[in-house]
Amino acid sequence: MSEGYSFAYLDAATKRMIRRALLKALAVPGYQVPFASREMPMPYGWGTGGVQVTAACLIPEDVLKVIDQGADDTTNAVSIRRFFERTAGVATTTRTTEASVIQTRHRIPEAALTERQILVYQVPIPEPLRFLEPREAETRRMHALADYGLMHVKLYEDIARHGAIATSYAYPVLVEGRYVMDPSPIPKFDNPKLSGCPAIQLFGAGREARIHALPPYTRVVSLDFEDHPFVPSKADAACDLCGAEASYLDEVITDDAGGRMFCCSDTDFCAGRCAAGHAGRLSEGRA
Amino acid sequence: MRNGAQGRIWTKKKPEAEAGPLLQVEGLGKHWGARIGCAEVDFDLYPGEVLGIVGESGSGKSTLLGCLAGHLSADAGRIHYRGHDLRAMGEPERRHLARTEWAFVHQNPRDGLRMGVTAGANVGERLMAVGARHYGAIRAQARDWLGRVEIDPGRIDDRPRAFSGGMQQRLQIARNLVTGPRLVLMDEPTGGLDVSVQARLLDLLRELVREMGLSVIIVTHDLAVARLLADRLMVMKDGRVIEAGLTDQVLDDPQAAYTQLLVSSVLQV
Repeated sequence: MSEGYSFAYLDAATKRMIRRALLKALAVPGYQVPFASREMPMPYGWGTGGVQVTAACLIPEDVLKVIDQGADDTTNAVSIRRFFERTAGVATTTRTTEASVIQTRHRIPEAALTERQILVYQVPIPEPLRFLEPREAETRRMHALADYGLMHVKLYEDIARHGAIATSYAYPVLVEGRYVMDPSPIPKFDNPKLSGCPAIQLFGAGREARIHALPPYTRVVSLDFEDHPFVPSKADAACDLCGAEASYLDEVITDDAGGRMFCCSDTDFCAGRCAAGHAGRLSEGRA
Repeated sequence: MRNGAQGRIWTKKKPEAEAGPLLQVEGLGKHWGARIGCAEVDFDLYPGEVLGIVGESGSGKSTLLGCLAGHLSADAGRIHYRGHDLRAMGEPERRHLARTEWAFVHQNPRDGLRMGVTAGANVGERLMAVGARHYGAIRAQARDWLGRVEIDPGRIDDRPRAFSGGMQQRLQIARNLVTGPRLVLMDEPTGGLDVSVQARLLDLLRELVREMGLSVIIVTHDLAVARLLADRLMVMKDGRVIEAGLTDQVLDDPQAAYTQLLVSSVLQV
């Protein structure tokens, strides 16, 4: 652990400010709480919001896991994990079940979360109405009045143009029948996991300076039409490494002749299955 | 659901089944600093009636309309809509009222339309805002309304940008009337359209007004439009109503000096 830093980088006053915002966000599920977002030693868009929330939540006994698009070994995940190893000295892991705090970019882990876990999302744009109504003053008023007809105009446009709701990530949800929330750019495959989740879910947007949250067991409903219901879609294939059929898959181009493979986006889930002896299409020789 | 609870307040009845005025305005005033926007405006509007407001630019017509629609906050007087005091009404209730019972047709269709989404979504927006959640039903209604305002229903998936000025204005009207409002406020609906397109639009408006039994307040500086559509006329000058009466009476036998001037300034072809 580096000398000369407060535990987990942020000073005590900043953490207190963020915790107050977190408590307010948890008290009003789905409501975007403004907070005084700080400059962090990484660029905006790299998870400054998530890092601030994680820093405000961490205690020395925590075990931290950081994922980026489900993977533990990509640049964003590795550098944030190292950041907290150096500034907080907390234990880190890649195992979902062993972690007490999980910071994530764009995925919810496949393994079921528990009541003793906190899931921290990195959020680029917290405002679900942003691309429909550019005025911040007006979107706030719309949230205050639960005036959400415009959300369905967007879904209507999707169906009119593509024949189905083409929104595949950052799919808008209604929280406890009150606030419409952007669940950050998770694939809509993950949307059902938001609802009734035993873990605390915290969303931090650094550049936009907003925090929102879902307390445990919150009812979260994906918006849809009666005749075009919400469908949590994924690639129609099984993982080529572990054979999993129900996990969210990444498509990987393997050559320039149309060759491709699918593998679990959640690397920990995939590795766990491989270790347990499951095999996919491309792992026959090794298994 | 919030909207459902409010929906019960505004039960739909046939306009003629209801006696008494739809809208009562007493002593309405709005000042812009020391200047008068409009002052001491009184009138009653009955179901099925079309009221024209005429006057030169800057006479307070649009300020008055803005106050009635709730876009501007009046600073004096009372506005009662079916017995409800509009100035005391909360924002959520007023918004609900504005998209179920009322309609507002802007002079420039770009102000009233959502230019980034298709015609179908424009017409469907009010339906979705009051809780319609069946795509097929919304689309069927949008198609029906495009037909009623003489737009080819096949263009339901075109953006308003691809429409001509007259079509955009008709689309704005469809978008406003789809929830079956009782009161329509129009601000120069034929402004910026050429005469033949104007004539078709006026024809369409007249038909819709009669068919749906709408009450209309139409602001215009075009006396011919007022003559064609309005049952009653109010003439405004410097923020005050200087003459009011039946349209034919006001236009054929103007009493106030300004009205006489206004009527005599109309160009003859």
